Amino acid sequence: MKTLLRLSVNGRLREDAVAENALLLDYLRDTLGLTGTKQGCDGGECGACTVLVDGQPRLACSTLAHSVAGRRIETIEGLSTEGNLSRLQRAFHEHLGSQCGFCTPGMIMAAEALLRRNPQPSRDEIRAALAGNLCRCTGYVKIVESVEAAAACDEVSA
Amino acid sequence: MNAPDRPLPRLERTTGEPRGVGARLPLVDGVEKVTGAARYTADLPAVGALVGKILRSAWAHAELLEIDISEAQKLPGVRAVITGDACDMPYGVIPIAQNEFPLARGRVRYHGDPIAAVAAVDEATADAALALIRVKVRELPAYFSASDARKPDAMLLHDNKPGNIEREVHNEFGDVAAGFAAADLVREESYECAEVHHAMMEPNAALATWDTERGHLTLWSVTQVPYYVHLTLARCMRMEAAHIRVIKPYVGGGFGHRVEALNFEIICALLARAARGTVRLLQTREEAFLTHRGRPETHIRMKLGLTRDGRLTACQTEMVQRGGAYGGYGLVTILYAGALLNGLYDLPAVKYDGYRVYSNTPACGAMRGHGTVNARFAFESLLDTMAAELGLDPIEVRRKNLLKAPTDTINGLKVMSYGLPECIDWVEQASGWRERRGKLAGDGPIKRGLGVACSHFVSGSAKPVHWSGEPHAVIVLKVDFDASVTILTGASDIGQGSSTIITQVVAEVLGIDYSRIRLIATDSAITPKDNGSYSSRVTFMVGNAALDAAENLKRVLVTAAAKRLEISEAEVDWLGEAAAVAGDPARQIPFAEVVEEALVATGTITAKGTFTCPPEFQGGKQRGGAVGSTMGFSYAAQAVEVSVDTELGKVTIDKVWVAIDCGFALNPMSVEGQVQGAVWMGMGQALSEETVYENGRHKAANLLDYRVPTIVESPDIEVHIVESIDPNGPFGAKEASEGPLSGFMSALAAAVEDATGTRIRALPFTPDRVFNALNRKPRVGTAAPANMATTAKGEA
Repeated sequence: MKTLLRLSVNGRLREDAVAENALLLDYLRDTLGLTGTKQGCDGGECGACTVLVDGQPRLACSTLAHSVAGRRIETIEGLSTEGNLSRLQRAFHEHLGSQCGFCTPGMIMAAEALLRRNPQPSRDEIRAALAGNLCRCTGYVKIVESVEAAAACDEVSA
Repeated sequence: MNAPDRPLPRLERTTGEPRGVGARLPLVDGVEKVTGAARYTADLPAVGALVGKILRSAWAHAELLEIDISEAQKLPGVRAVITGDACDMPYGVIPIAQNEFPLARGRVRYHGDPIAAVAAVDEATADAALALIRVKVRELPAYFSASDARKPDAMLLHDNKPGNIEREVHNEFGDVAAGFAAADLVREESYECAEVHHAMMEPNAALATWDTERGHLTLWSVTQVPYYVHLTLARCMRMEAAHIRVIKPYVGGGFGHRVEALNFEIICALLARAARGTVRLLQTREEAFLTHRGRPETHIRMKLGLTRDGRLTACQTEMVQRGGAYGGYGLVTILYAGALLNGLYDLPAVKYDGYRVYSNTPACGAMRGHGTVNARFAFESLLDTMAAELGLDPIEVRRKNLLKAPTDTINGLKVMSYGLPECIDWVEQASGWRERRGKLAGDGPIKRGLGVACSHFVSGSAKPVHWSGEPHAVIVLKVDFDASVTILTGASDIGQGSSTIITQVVAEVLGIDYSRIRLIATDSAITPKDNGSYSSRVTFMVGNAALDAAENLKRVLVTAAAKRLEISEAEVDWLGEAAAVAGDPARQIPFAEVVEEALVATGTITAKGTFTCPPEFQGGKQRGGAVGSTMGFSYAAQAVEVSVDTELGKVTIDKVWVAIDCGFALNPMSVEGQVQGAVWMGMGQALSEETVYENGRHKAANLLDYRVPTIVESPDIEVHIVESIDPNGPFGAKEASEGPLSGFMSALAAAVEDATGTRIRALPFTPDRVFNALNRKPRVGTAAPANMATTAKGEA
């Protein structure tokens, strides 16, 4: 049974008929075509589907779309402004924080939430914030370095 | 370094930093990855596509008596239901070991073996259709360990393989008996390694379109080997290869899971043909674990001989691998494990007996460090144990046994460059080995320690799986009116960065801006064939083909420049973005004008480059001798520092120092990333990863129970690059992403011994294993610790 869902996705208001049991992940990917948010597991294991709900990191694979009605959703596609990479996107790109790239959107969204609440995190704080995001390529070393690089750069110039 | 110095051409520098090869260039497809624009198979637009789903065996071993699909077929919305009847051609990556069907025929051999598949208008209908399929079976005896499968009265999984032995390997090089006789110390030990899985982040997915009018098929899949998938589709679907198109989109890692055609991608294509339409088949994480192809559970009995001063005299190894239900790469794995006992140290005599055994568990296959990893764990561990008994430092005993390149190993492998000595030197210094080893343990319950190990790997298999007489690699460059250079490559970038490396090589040779270069990869309708991304072949082989192609193109362009400038070719000063008259830089024309001239009377230019490994590099004459042969071995040394909580059995990795001889770092940042990833993947196998089966049923088929290390438990990994400048690699480069993996386990075991005095010989080092080892109690359900030692001669 579909009912109307109203929410904000990447700064744009949406009104869509969405099945009551639809997951936020499937709504973003299938209805809106925002395939940057990935499904890497069978539910809540890997963090690849991390998006922001009112600025807080959330697993879209374990969230009912209707449960975030009226809320502000941000995905990886919403981070760039006027085509410019965000500071985290640029840092992950330039410091090889992304190899195969599959965990990257979730990793960057989780890191984005961290930097908004803690602009200068320590290495341990970075590790704690990204503990739910698995990566199989990098060994995480360059992910930590990427987040540090993003934190070190001036957001305005990014 | 014993390779000759060679001046390297470098793209013109404006900043003092290299811009072509040698540059820390970000991935050429990195922007797409960080913005979410990169489309992986599951992301491809597939409006109106049918949903494919697979019914899998709930039995570990059973005869299929009846599969009734009639009710499923009648369900509204179901467009196709297929069973083993849809394909009667067995497949497998090794042409002489093809014994798998995409959907089981007559028998299922593991819990999860595909039995039937449906295509329906939506997921709910597909699920409902699967539930309507009735399967009648007669259960058969099932074997979940190699030893059970090898029992004399065990039923055969495959009728042509007596004893359930897929392949046994027996070879001896040098005089092993004489070697042991000459040794001052001979020791023999057993080592156990649990089965591990790739756990690449992207689950399996395929999208197939059947063009009914033409009888053509297009398949998009997550493969590392689109060419092998193409051949397999032609075989299994009895189609002409010309009627098939295979496209590899972005792929979220592979690590060996995807180096052979897998059942789900063939099933997706069969469904599309049966449904006469487009089918999208998305696999769950659990299904990735069941498709598996990981590193097998391995039992190793190893015996080494050492002289009093630490020289290796002989090695004798018996290895048993539990291979799972089907052949896959199995025979290659068991051959690799023996062949690559050689090539790291100067080893005068080796006897190897390997047994690859079928079992009723998901099929194993190739995984990063293919075949070498568990053997290296045993070898390095035993070397440490014996060095300690002789009172020798672990680093010194390794220095005693170094090779001198160029050289041939006793089993016919060629070592052309060898930077291991420099790797060892750096690790020793960086880790503070001399000052710190043996002095970290402390008095409290948390003990610290330091361990070291070495490892190596091939830069591509010198003899390809399909020996067709074609070059090992081909690259095509296209230049047209717009003066852009398009690289066409079949090389599969799966995140390792092959597209970036190929682009850097072309940019280096031509000297042009990156903005002028595009790269199009892995579409069989457009790009040249490539064998795929496995055995670390791409940088070496495709890199060389790219070098050749760029040089061929440059020749054409220099000729055109000479013509336009009205000078001889020898007088052309090639500046990359321009060509000038040598000695008269004012007389120059821009690249676009050079291209304009080159197109006169011919139009679009294509330049091809190839690379072929000469026969002398393709291994020894013995049966299976090609496995392990390569033109360039990478070398690595690493030191691992650990903390062991002796009250909890918990091991924490504090720091890793690793040095890699990758010949020449075409992209140092990529080399670091590959080495860190490899070491870390070794850490996962060493610390926490293991598949678990209960009566054949996978108990850890998810990313919580299969414990991949998180960022919290992952240490800093400091990488040092040694450049031995290989005589045959592109600009001297060799592989960098597999060799460093296999040293980790034994370095960890050594560090734990340094911390606690206890040597653990079974992987992974989970808290229960470590706790039990520290408290000298055998772990429930595992074999008792191996007996120590056979003979000790002289004073030890």
